[in-house]
Amino acid sequence: MMFAGIVLKKTAQIQGVAILGILALLGTTMVDLKLVGADTKTFYSMIELNAVTAWFNVLITFCALAYFTLFSKNIAAVGKNDADYFALLFFVMCGVYLLSTYSNMLILFLGIEILSIPQYILAGSDKENIKSNEASLKYFLMGAFSTGILLMGITLIYGATGSFDIFSDGFIAQFQSSAGLNTMSFAGVLLLIIAIGFKVSAAPMHFWTPDVYDGTPTAFTPFMATIAKVSVFVAFIRLFHLSFGNVSNDWQTAIAAMIVLTLLIGNLTAVYQQSVKRMMAYSSIAQAGFMLFAIFSLNNLAWKGLILYSVAYTLASLGVFAVLIKMKDYTYEGFNGLAKKEPVMAATATICLLSLAGIPLTGGFFAKYYVLSAAVEQGKWIGIVIFAVLMAAISAYYYFRLIRSMYFAEGEATLSYKPSSIEKALLLVNALLVILLGVLPGIL
Amino acid sequence: MLIVLLILVPLIGGFLAMLLPEKMVYPFAMITTVATLVIAAVSYIQYTQGAELIIDRSWIDILGARFHAGLETGDGLAVLMMMLTAIVFPFIFISLRNKQPEKVHTFYSLMLFAQAGLMGVFLAKDALLFYVFWEIALIPVYFLSSMYGGPRRIPVTFKFFVYTFAGSLIMLVAILLIYRHAPIRSFSWDSFVSIGQAMPGSEQSWLFWMMFIAFAIKMPVFPFHTWQPDAYEQSATPVTIVLSAIMVKMGLFAVVRWLLPVIPAGSAQWMNVVITISVISVVYASCMAIVQTNIKRMIAYSSIAHIGLMCAAIFSHQILGMQGAAIQMFNHGITIAGLWIMVSIIEHRFGTQDMREMGGVAKVAPLFTIGLVVMSLANIALPLTNGFIGEFMMFNGLFKTVSPYHTLFTVFAGLGIILAAVYTLTMIQKVAYGPENTKTASFTDLTMNELVVMIFFVIMILVLGFYPKLLMNLIYVQP
Repeated sequence: MMFAGIVLKKTAQIQGVAILGILALLGTTMVDLKLVGADTKTFYSMIELNAVTAWFNVLITFCALAYFTLFSKNIAAVGKNDADYFALLFFVMCGVYLLSTYSNMLILFLGIEILSIPQYILAGSDKENIKSNEASLKYFLMGAFSTGILLMGITLIYGATGSFDIFSDGFIAQFQSSAGLNTMSFAGVLLLIIAIGFKVSAAPMHFWTPDVYDGTPTAFTPFMATIAKVSVFVAFIRLFHLSFGNVSNDWQTAIAAMIVLTLLIGNLTAVYQQSVKRMMAYSSIAQAGFMLFAIFSLNNLAWKGLILYSVAYTLASLGVFAVLIKMKDYTYEGFNGLAKKEPVMAATATICLLSLAGIPLTGGFFAKYYVLSAAVEQGKWIGIVIFAVLMAAISAYYYFRLIRSMYFAEGEATLSYKPSSIEKALLLVNALLVILLGVLPGIL
Repeated sequence: MLIVLLILVPLIGGFLAMLLPEKMVYPFAMITTVATLVIAAVSYIQYTQGAELIIDRSWIDILGARFHAGLETGDGLAVLMMMLTAIVFPFIFISLRNKQPEKVHTFYSLMLFAQAGLMGVFLAKDALLFYVFWEIALIPVYFLSSMYGGPRRIPVTFKFFVYTFAGSLIMLVAILLIYRHAPIRSFSWDSFVSIGQAMPGSEQSWLFWMMFIAFAIKMPVFPFHTWQPDAYEQSATPVTIVLSAIMVKMGLFAVVRWLLPVIPAGSAQWMNVVITISVISVVYASCMAIVQTNIKRMIAYSSIAHIGLMCAAIFSHQILGMQGAAIQMFNHGITIAGLWIMVSIIEHRFGTQDMREMGGVAKVAPLFTIGLVVMSLANIALPLTNGFIGEFMMFNGLFKTVSPYHTLFTVFAGLGIILAAVYTLTMIQKVAYGPENTKTASFTDLTMNELVVMIFFVIMILVLGFYPKLLMNLIYVQP
């Protein structure tokens, strides 16, 4: 992909190559599905593939395919170096696969870095826009800090266990014993929570999110907010379920506090936003709060729920962003009267917003349902489930505000360009997928 | 199969209505609802002959949720509600024949979606499926009320939506908490009931409120009613009919099916509190209805009063009271739908909802006045109209309630009847009699389609008033 820019001069060709590339990846991940069950550890046992993560890889690649098809035109339109953007996106995908299959803390670190560094660049890819530059710098500085914290956490745990391998004897001795954690590994676990919490924009480590998402060119924001983010979640649950699961008493309180804060801050702040793009940034924080429930509850349902949530949330957000990017004015007023002008765009955005709000018959409902029932199943702290549900009611407010603007408000919504019928068809397919997930969530 | 058709026919009809050319939409929607009515009638006949109509397919295996819906023995109330849903929609559509709304595609497809959702609510036998339909019914109505109606409709509907959505989310958590106790993962009604029998009282005590608030918002009873008068007033009248004739019954229906059997100890524990707020609801709403000058608001408050009485009767835990409430749920749906259609004619011809600007209609439109008077009398529950028998049974049940305050409850709820006469008769007086004004002169009598609708509702009111056994047979349980 990196060299595509040298060989091919036309953007259309580059976009084509990118989509072919992602299709190839999809094929590869599907082949991986078959490998599960055989010797699934490779690269000196640093990578371990199991049924769930192989399936996650397929799905996330499919989401990436949706992203590439919906946005390839917009990605190319960001600046001159369109081939580079695609190359960077593929680097991120590389990080995604490392994060979903690592079995070694070094690979975890490597994955997070491969995932993050291209994002720093992408955030600043609109070089002439000062907000984009600000986003990039902010993201980089904050990201560098969190990397430091992550390394510190890994180091402490290495000190306590004598190993990087999350399935090693040292880990088992340390984290499966009934004695509980010693100070060093406890500090390590907490630092890891902070570092990974930063990457998934969980409060109180969320402050970078709105500015970065808002400043980043709209073509890249959905990728950062969805695919990159949910893969960190998978890394999160992988580490905390497979190796720290037995000592969950020691760190569950921290996660619970994070859930409450994330939901509260994400939802309440989103209510007050005037720009839809910023609202979506806060909503992505709020949605992260729900995904944290999977890490909180740590059972089989939580894994299922997290995967369903990832896909449902990704597709729905992509649908909303794909409409947003075609608008000239990103405020709510800019959407006024869109339904009259572009009924297809308004309808698909509505379906996606309903899904984000968690209305039944859309994927979002069952996604929320799975993670919440996983939390109820593990039995502790039912109170925060009720709290989360109230927060979901608040989230309906700001999602429906956009629906109101599109359908009931008078106005002339201006588009930045007229979408082709192919783009509209893609939006429709995306919306239908969201509904399909809502009718038959069992297919995942 | 019939059960699936009841939900699928309006649902698919709704999708097709979006795609048809504009002129075809109305006839097509009409055909769809009539077809639904026919299917409902066939199901009704089969049910009365003792058949059980059930569909039970696997849906989401990992959760144990099944697509389980149907009418089994003892589901008489569900049959009634199903019939009500099937009956009301075609008549709304007939009454619209000479006053089509704007954007017919949207209007009729959303109406059909709403019908499908409502059918699902009444037929679902699986808690998760029930919840899904509960929300599905809300969404099209939200769009309908926001798109058609008065100038303040958008904020008002938004309030209604957020209110009910918050309520139903709390119910969802309650469902989750009950589901947690299931020995094998299942949402089926039977499993919920058996969990409920075994659950400790302390837990039931707060689970009860989590469920009841959701239902109370939907009904609505005091103090959860604030969305209702505004929403009824501002929505376009066809939508108001759906809201008040059928949707509010969802709340009562849910109490009977999903609250009393599933949380028996909790319901018994809070019985007096709930009856008290219901009775407050009756008296308060009746008083509010008297002082209204807007005809839609007046009927909205009268609806709260009636619902309050039904809620009290259901919580009386007396078979007679519950049967009365079941009968009244159906009859109130019929009466109020007829009344709203009359109101929509008034609104359309006068161009106002303010009763002070009306008067003297009886002289220019005798047929209309007959219809209005019969429906109003049914609303007061005069003997020989359909309202009477249900109300009588409900008071009976309320009086027999095992509670130290039963006399007090009955007396105060009884005030509701007197007050109902006050506001309803005042309404007739203001609209039909009194001095004529310039607007009255142009008031034309019923057109053909309106006449059909009116005659149908009047016949229903009288037949069910003379011979309530038609309904009683369905819900009769051996005491």
